[in-house]
Amino acid sequence: MRIISRGFRGRRDRTEGGRLPPGQYLVRDFPVLSAGPTPRTKLTDWSFSITGEVDEPKTWTWEQFRSLPTETLTRDIHCVTKWSKLDTAWEGVSVDTLLEGVETAAEYVMAFSDGDYTTNLPLEDLTGGRAWVAFAYDGAPLEPQHGGPARLLVPHLYLWKSAKWVRGLRLMNDDEPGFWETYGYHMYGDPWREQRYSGD
Amino acid sequence: MDETELRLDGNAVAGILQEMFVPELTAARGRCVGCGEVGEMGAQHLYMYPHAPGAVLRCRFCEGVLAVMVRGGGRVRMALHGLVWLEVPQPAAPA
Repeated sequence: MRIISRGFRGRRDRTEGGRLPPGQYLVRDFPVLSAGPTPRTKLTDWSFSITGEVDEPKTWTWEQFRSLPTETLTRDIHCVTKWSKLDTAWEGVSVDTLLEGVETAAEYVMAFSDGDYTTNLPLEDLTGGRAWVAFAYDGAPLEPQHGGPARLLVPHLYLWKSAKWVRGLRLMNDDEPGFWETYGYHMYGDPWREQRYSGD
Repeated sequence: MDETELRLDGNAVAGILQEMFVPELTAARGRCVGCGEVGEMGAQHLYMYPHAPGAVLRCRFCEGVLAVMVRGGGRVRMALHGLVWLEVPQPAAPA
């Protein structure tokens, strides 16, 4: 008896060379998800702040922020809604640059955004060249629907940690849940360990 | 007599909760904490996406958060802190 397995022949490498975390599927477009309406803050009203457990809070206007050194980067991104997108191209200011000269004993950060969105992260996940405040995507200014004028970008964690419309980082001594984390999303959110919900 | 003798075990709330948490709540009316407007749940704005664990119900007048629901990990969690109150019609008393 001949057994033909349709699923076996010509099977694609579902991991895309090991770049697709468990439970994720690939997309070519860039899905738009948000927990509320898109804020439209004028650049003249925009600022970015480092606050909380710091010796001296720091604030940049848009003009000052855009005069900081920038980096271009290409990274894979992974959304908790199970889509992943490979080789996304961004330009932004490294969080290392924003934290230069900041004296703190804090170990955690609450990113806060227009629209009252927040998300918590360990400080060490934002430093060491692993996080940016991105203002351009694919060579063009970041569109409001994708978080423009600027969003946090922490590609090694699920994308809800990459807060859209980010306006600052509040440094904290103790971890506190952000918006989604309060209602049951994972406090850390590592896509490679499928940390979607608290308890995962 | 003090309140420790007057109050009941929490399980006694079962009847009220059963009246309140009916299977169909889209017709339930609620008052928004943010702006005070009253509307049916089904008439508000829902932000929800395919495969998303979380959903946010926002006031159609002020876009304030009324309710947040997260499904996943074998449970459903619901927060209603954006509502001053939620109202469902009381079932008719049996004849």
